[in-house]
Amino acid sequence: MNKSQHIITASCVIGNDKVYKNGELLFEGNSANVSDLLPGLYDFLAPDYPKFYKMDNVSKLGWLATEILLKGSFEKTAYALEDVGVVFSNSNSSLDTDLRYFQTVSGYPSPSLFVYTLPNIVIGEVCIRHKFQGENAFFIFEKFQADFIRQYTGGLLDTGVVKACICGWVEILANEYKAAVFLVEQKNTGLEFTAANMYRLFNL
Amino acid sequence: MDKLMYDLKTQLIEQLNLQDKKPEDIGDDEALFKEGLGLDSIDALELIVLLQQNYKIKLANAEDGPKVFRSVRTMAEYITEHQGKTV
Repeated sequence: MNKSQHIITASCVIGNDKVYKNGELLFEGNSANVSDLLPGLYDFLAPDYPKFYKMDNVSKLGWLATEILLKGSFEKTAYALEDVGVVFSNSNSSLDTDLRYFQTVSGYPSPSLFVYTLPNIVIGEVCIRHKFQGENAFFIFEKFQADFIRQYTGGLLDTGVVKACICGWVEILANEYKAAVFLVEQKNTGLEFTAANMYRLFNL
Repeated sequence: MDKLMYDLKTQLIEQLNLQDKKPEDIGDDEALFKEGLGLDSIDALELIVLLQQNYKIKLANAEDGPKVFRSVRTMAEYITEHQGKTV
């Protein structure tokens, strides 16, 4: 079956002040505030990417999750840049930033907040960082829909639109946040790209 | 002028989210865009907002932007020249 060829070759889950890489605890914060957790995680990774500080919180979260996902797990030279796709989803779109932007409108509307008032900007930040040029999409669901992500991403892989894909969930609103991102490649063995395996990692 | 330039550097760091910079890291004559501080087009819009918000100066002619925002010193000179005037 085609499904068995789609393998989760890496995963990163961020939630409840904990960061898991491939199911193993990588980092544990001690902050009740996500605005402190994200820079703390950036300092832990030390990627030397000053543009990080300019991002909104959903982009920071997705960018960090992808950074952890790919580090040491992704053989970038194995793929053409246009063969790597990104498919993300969440439930609150860019509302976290929309609200911050709205607060500035009565005075001087902030251009740098305005540019983040779309959820797919997080995909742009990931693609700028890694120069990926493949298919991308951002979906809004009430909650994480692993079945849909498996079906959509599997379709991209099956039809050759992409040869590798980063997919999952990147959600933040105020202090409520969760990221669960997966690297899916076509391999002979490994963790099968199934909804059940994604849910298991998501719920760590 | 020195005090104004220091204040501007502090405001640039705050407004443009340059958390990896300190005021002393930014040269008075260092280019703000491209090879200098590396600001982008969105930052340019934020600089226009900064002038309005902090100094009540409205940059009426967008063509003046590259000259005014060339460095911290050129910004300070522009503010000194135009503060209190209607531009």
